Amino acid sequence: MTRRRIGRRVREALRAARDIYEGVFIAPYRAELFREYLRRRDQFFLIAFADLLGAPHPIGFYTLELYPHLIEEFHQWHRRLGVEHAPEGGFRCC
Amino acid sequence: MSSVTLLVIGLTAFLLGYLVYSRYLARRIYRLDPDFVTPAHQFQDGVDFVPTNRHVLFGHHFTSVAGAAPIVGPAIAVIWGWLPAVLWVVLGTIFGGAVHDFGTLWISTRHKATSIGTLARTIVGERARILFLLIIFFLLLLVNAVFAVVIANLFIANPGSVMPIWGNLAVAVVVGLLIYRTRLGIFWPSIGALLTLYVMIWLGQYVPLSLPDLFGFAPSAAQLQAAGGDVAAAQAAAHTDGVRAGWVVILFGYAFVASILPVWLMLQPRDYVNGHQLFVALGIIFLGVLVTRPPVIAPAINTQLPPDAPSWFPLLFITIACGAISGFHGLVASGTSSKQLNKETDARYIGYGGAIGEGTLALTSIIATTAGFAVFAGVDGWHAHYGTWARASAGATSAFVNGVGVLAEGIGIPHAVATVFAAVVVISFAATTMDTGVRLQRYIVTELGEHYDLPLIRNRWVATTLATVSCAVLALGIDRGAGGMRLWPLFGTTNQLTGALSLLVVTLFLLRLRRPIWLTAIPMAFLLVMTTWAMVLNLIRYYTDSQALLLGVGAAVFVLELWLVFEAIAAVRRAIAARRGPSAVPG
Repeated sequence: MTRRRIGRRVREALRAARDIYEGVFIAPYRAELFREYLRRRDQFFLIAFADLLGAPHPIGFYTLELYPHLIEEFHQWHRRLGVEHAPEGGFRCC
Repeated sequence: MSSVTLLVIGLTAFLLGYLVYSRYLARRIYRLDPDFVTPAHQFQDGVDFVPTNRHVLFGHHFTSVAGAAPIVGPAIAVIWGWLPAVLWVVLGTIFGGAVHDFGTLWISTRHKATSIGTLARTIVGERARILFLLIIFFLLLLVNAVFAVVIANLFIANPGSVMPIWGNLAVAVVVGLLIYRTRLGIFWPSIGALLTLYVMIWLGQYVPLSLPDLFGFAPSAAQLQAAGGDVAAAQAAAHTDGVRAGWVVILFGYAFVASILPVWLMLQPRDYVNGHQLFVALGIIFLGVLVTRPPVIAPAINTQLPPDAPSWFPLLFITIACGAISGFHGLVASGTSSKQLNKETDARYIGYGGAIGEGTLALTSIIATTAGFAVFAGVDGWHAHYGTWARASAGATSAFVNGVGVLAEGIGIPHAVATVFAAVVVISFAATTMDTGVRLQRYIVTELGEHYDLPLIRNRWVATTLATVSCAVLALGIDRGAGGMRLWPLFGTTNQLTGALSLLVVTLFLLRLRRPIWLTAIPMAFLLVMTTWAMVLNLIRYYTDSQALLLGVGAAVFVLELWLVFEAIAAVRRAIAARRGPSAVPG
């Protein structure tokens, strides 16, 4: 085995060890933070787009101008809710 | 034989199993497809379904499945000698446990990452789903009770571990607040907590803490008889019962609080510290074996078995569950890991490789007890420690702890510190399993409340109380807790039954795909036959010993066992009949 190949193997092993370490400690922590972020985002979306779900809410009129900024997250949100396509009669993302 | 030789033989067998057998399974049986769109990609939501680097997922999967059970089971089973234990751990892992873990991860991936319970309903039938829930209920009941007794015994045998363990919980709360309420991140608070824990472990040897006898039990007739008329010895045994019972009550009080608190506050940061501990402990054991090279002086096959010890065949197969084959792994593989699998071909490394990791932990337990502990106690001392079946069961973890002490001493760690360290490792793992088990038991009780529309049981406080009290009653119900370790074979049986059910699901799916089934069907049949046989022997023993509680729980587990056997036969016959027909599921 050449020195270069040995070096590559060692680097791969070190990278794998680093990734395993990340799986043990960092990944669950990051997932928990992300879960909390999504919980809060869902609350915000529920308030901002309640009328799209059939619950009349006057704030929808005022948050209208946020739509272009939130369109991507809006799409993820309704998919996460189990609604395959954007709710009828409102802002269409797909 | 040298312990290094034993370790090298075991690790080489595991490596060959991974390189040769798992490759065969991946290519010929499960036929992994690198182009298959895994649920992580199909349902990617950034939370549960996340395509994950295979090493990252391996780390997460391995720490989820590794615990105290692969340490305790082998430490008991070496009473029959190290050879049967090593053979079962190595061959059981390669041809049973790893096939099971790999299979459950693969089948869950092929079914939109659904859990093994749901798969049991889809593939076997509605009854199998109920059977699965009942087996899990008993599994949790037994694991919580038995681990409470394991921890209580370790607190009594190693009073130096009391301060680090309870201190660690306080540190975990501080770490939880630091990592989730400040911007410090996870690394430095966790390292700080680990260092604090090691300082407490070092201090633990100077500050041994013992619980007073809270119950004041009078010596039982059995204790008086065992003491041979020595009233002081019988009173000492009764005093130990009182102390143990006190610890068990405190531990379930802790489990009650831990299962109510949000996970981020205490359990999760404590797990970060425990995760580090796992790798540090494995490192110390491996290094200790390589440096001290203690001979395995315990017998290969114990010809001086105590009269009350059962025959190794078939009891060995339920004494070592985790570490050879464990149904619990299927819950992790199908519950979380399958949702994060980036490529189907990664299932081999994560499923099969994770089981190999657990087998390695079991192998280190065997070496610590038959080489490390045997050197510490001497051959006669080893035989005295394993002098009765009851003493071997209750003292298994002490043997491991003292064995690790010898190995750690070889690399310069004082024996007193090393034994506290090893006790803290085992207690931490057992406590993690216990408080998670109580939390899960609470969910099951709540689900039952919802299913049968019982609003009272749906209440979080009532459900948690029911979960903790039922487990505590079981732990203390057998000879005031002194016989709590007699629950271990029952725990092993329910764990194996969960594994057999998962293997049945995988086998039936393979049958529907018109693929060879023998490599999953044989371990399933082996497990069912061995656990049934062992349970019959256990029930006879409980009956002759007039152990009503053990007999009742054992009979319930045995009914589940028979149910599973009949369910398996019926399902396989149905599947064979359907296979003769024209339809086959595309795979």
